[in-house]
Amino acid sequence: MTALSTLPWGPMARMTARRALTAVPVLLAVTLGVFAIAAASPFDPVRAYAGTAGLTASQENLDQLRHNLGVDRPLLTRWWDWLTSALTGDLGDSASLRAPVCQVIGERLGWSVLLCALAFALAVTLGTLLGVLAARRRGGALDRAVTSTAYVLEAAPPYWLGLLAVWLGALKLGMLPAGGLTDTGTDLVTAGQIARHLALPALVLAASQLPWFVLYVRQGVGDALTEDPVRGARARGLRERTVLLHHALRSGLLPVLTLIGSRVPELITGALLVETVFSWPGIAAATVQAATSVDFPLLAALTVLATAAVLAGNLLSDLLYGLADPRVGFDG
Amino acid sequence: MTSRSIRRVAATALAATMALTAAACAAPNEGRGSTKPTDTAVVGIAYEPETLSPLLGYGKDGNSKIFDGLLTHDAEMRLKPALAAALPDVTDGGRTYTFTLRPGVKFSDGTPFTADDVVFTYATILDEKTNNASKAELDALDTVEKKDDRTVVFHLKYPYAPFAERTVLPIAPRHLAGKQDVNTGPFTTHPVGTGPYVLTTWSKGEKLTFTANPHYWGGAPKVKHLTMAIIKDDDIRATRLRSGDLDGAILPPELAATFKSDTGRRTLAAKTFDYRNVTLPSANPVTGDRAVRRALDLAVDRQAMVKGILSGAGKPAYGPVPTDSPWFAKGTERPHDLGKAQQILDEAGWKKGPDGVRAKDGQRASFTLWYLSGDKLRQEHALAFASDAKKAGIEAKVESGTWEAIEPNMKQDAVLAGGGSPADPDFDQYLLLHSSLAGDGFNNMSRYANKTVDDQLVAARRTDDHRTRKTAYDTIQRQLAEDPAYIFLTHVDHLYVVDDRWKDLTTQVEPHDHGLASGPWWNAEDWQPAK
Repeated sequence: MTALSTLPWGPMARMTARRALTAVPVLLAVTLGVFAIAAASPFDPVRAYAGTAGLTASQENLDQLRHNLGVDRPLLTRWWDWLTSALTGDLGDSASLRAPVCQVIGERLGWSVLLCALAFALAVTLGTLLGVLAARRRGGALDRAVTSTAYVLEAAPPYWLGLLAVWLGALKLGMLPAGGLTDTGTDLVTAGQIARHLALPALVLAASQLPWFVLYVRQGVGDALTEDPVRGARARGLRERTVLLHHALRSGLLPVLTLIGSRVPELITGALLVETVFSWPGIAAATVQAATSVDFPLLAALTVLATAAVLAGNLLSDLLYGLADPRVGFDG
Repeated sequence: MTSRSIRRVAATALAATMALTAAACAAPNEGRGSTKPTDTAVVGIAYEPETLSPLLGYGKDGNSKIFDGLLTHDAEMRLKPALAAALPDVTDGGRTYTFTLRPGVKFSDGTPFTADDVVFTYATILDEKTNNASKAELDALDTVEKKDDRTVVFHLKYPYAPFAERTVLPIAPRHLAGKQDVNTGPFTTHPVGTGPYVLTTWSKGEKLTFTANPHYWGGAPKVKHLTMAIIKDDDIRATRLRSGDLDGAILPPELAATFKSDTGRRTLAAKTFDYRNVTLPSANPVTGDRAVRRALDLAVDRQAMVKGILSGAGKPAYGPVPTDSPWFAKGTERPHDLGKAQQILDEAGWKKGPDGVRAKDGQRASFTLWYLSGDKLRQEHALAFASDAKKAGIEAKVESGTWEAIEPNMKQDAVLAGGGSPADPDFDQYLLLHSSLAGDGFNNMSRYANKTVDDQLVAARRTDDHRTRKTAYDTIQRQLAEDPAYIFLTHVDHLYVVDDRWKDLTTQVEPHDHGLASGPWWNAEDWQPAK
């Protein structure tokens, strides 16, 4: 607990507040941009709403739907209406999912966060571990194996990795369920079931993020190992373990901290694909649906959410950077 | 200090991760291949309903599991009473339908079902504020009137013979659905009905689970727990079926074939009205020419498409009515006759140019054919059609796009379209062929106008005399052979692979859309254990 109380809370809080303030215009611009792009996109909200029924619907019926959904109004009016009601806490109704946006997001967000957080934690931990091991003997057998695996994983699309994992984990080994949140036949949501169902998607998502961390850590630690402080530490006769973990890893980790922030958007898109493959009831399906059916309120809410996640990711990496390297400070 | 705190955070995170991973690995492996109970069924479907509210279009063609309509279809697609006590009494020259309701039926929340619910359901659907895209199906309906608690009278605007087929539409409870926003209220996701099943959970994008309604008026189902897993990807659905996670699934022919030697499962092929056709826009100087239409109709090798594209799971289509339907006009099958096609084009003045493509008065016999991008079945049909047309000297340039990209071009360009509705011939043919619907939404995409066909379409829907109707639809089908509105290619069978735990499974004749309500599970409430 002493460690916590000695953290520079004041500067950190000030930085967070500054970032929160600058986030406001960013979010405004992003939502307006989303509305504009959605309005300019070739997708038609009425067609999407009507689905296959639209193929046999009368034009009159479709025109009435257009009016009811409010998509015949000008872009700015729609954006302003959405914004003002969103500020009062009403995020509107999702036309494509026939439910209030709050409910749509509330039902799904938790599962996505669980999946992403676990995968990210796995990727960072495993990435750091493997990166350090690889950097220890650059060019060695382990390094070559880890590096080439990392490149292969990076080239493989998460979707394909997902299919591979289903084939291997569910079909060949029969160990893990192939999809869903719980066993398909039951309604009970138990922690054990979720853990089992979470394993494959989390592993796949982690695997798709892993190469970045492995390669960055390997590079960072590898470079640090050839720098003066490390040479000095070795000259002082410190144990290799101490040198590696306390000297090389600490300075080698700095670029990784930046990476954490910049990987968040990748993580979200990766999660989108992984959730689709594994029928994970997260936010992904809703995002795809919102985008292709030009569901303005849902799309805007989800974009705000994603933007906030990216901004928070950047803030987190800057805070960590400031903590790890006091020279950087919290002025950003 | 700072580094220590980071380490501590990292250590905690690591420990948490390891604990979770360990839990994931340590969880017991469920007995695969063990004999599973027959009171639980898990099936994989490809399409998720957008809503579960009948007011917004859910279950409009029946088999909605949660709800009942006034009438319902049996395995042979014959109407039989459900919430109605008997088939309707049709009076006033086919303009008035009187239904007597089944007594003693209750919604699953215990509230009695009455005439008010029927009136509420139909009136809400017709209300212009209700976002129901299938409203036009009730176009003939003027008003619904409650005569007394057990009697409902439907007044039509004009005599409409197939109206009774529309009353398979599920009835929603007024006391619940009437008190909330019809478009976005909780009823759209947490429905309550009179049906054989009660919805337990709907995890969107993952599955719908149902429990048997113990008080169902038709008797409690033997399958107590029914799960519909939504798996859009065909390969994954097949994989999960193979792993024992699913008891049944819909599969495309090539994947269904991989289960052929499986002793514990069997494959059911559902006959359908699900056609694939090519629209022939009349505004296009090439496809608008009758000689070109007739030549294309003879030049396409439908048998080869059934064999090559559908692996035999389908039939050649000569019109919206499949050849094995009682409504099919015998003798309107077209042969694959390339010579005759060439002859028709030659006689009409379409002369072959140096590049093998015909031309007439400076107009090349060439048009664009669109298909829905990502739809493999339509793509293969489009390519096969183009290759057959080429042999006759007509060039179809195949392009893909989303409906948004296709729609603006529908007036000029051909489209590989699909559809099909088995309940009544009027449902497909009026929308496809009547000139008043030319270019109305996605109806009559060819903008076909043929006086005889128009007259017969109206005559057939205005009378409920079966003989007269059959004659009218026969005339239409013969007209289509002489003046094709579309080139119909195939009727596609739907294949289902199911575990052998239940006996005498059947399939109905299926429409183009086949989700939750189709397949052998159309009547999951009637399934009986095999032993």
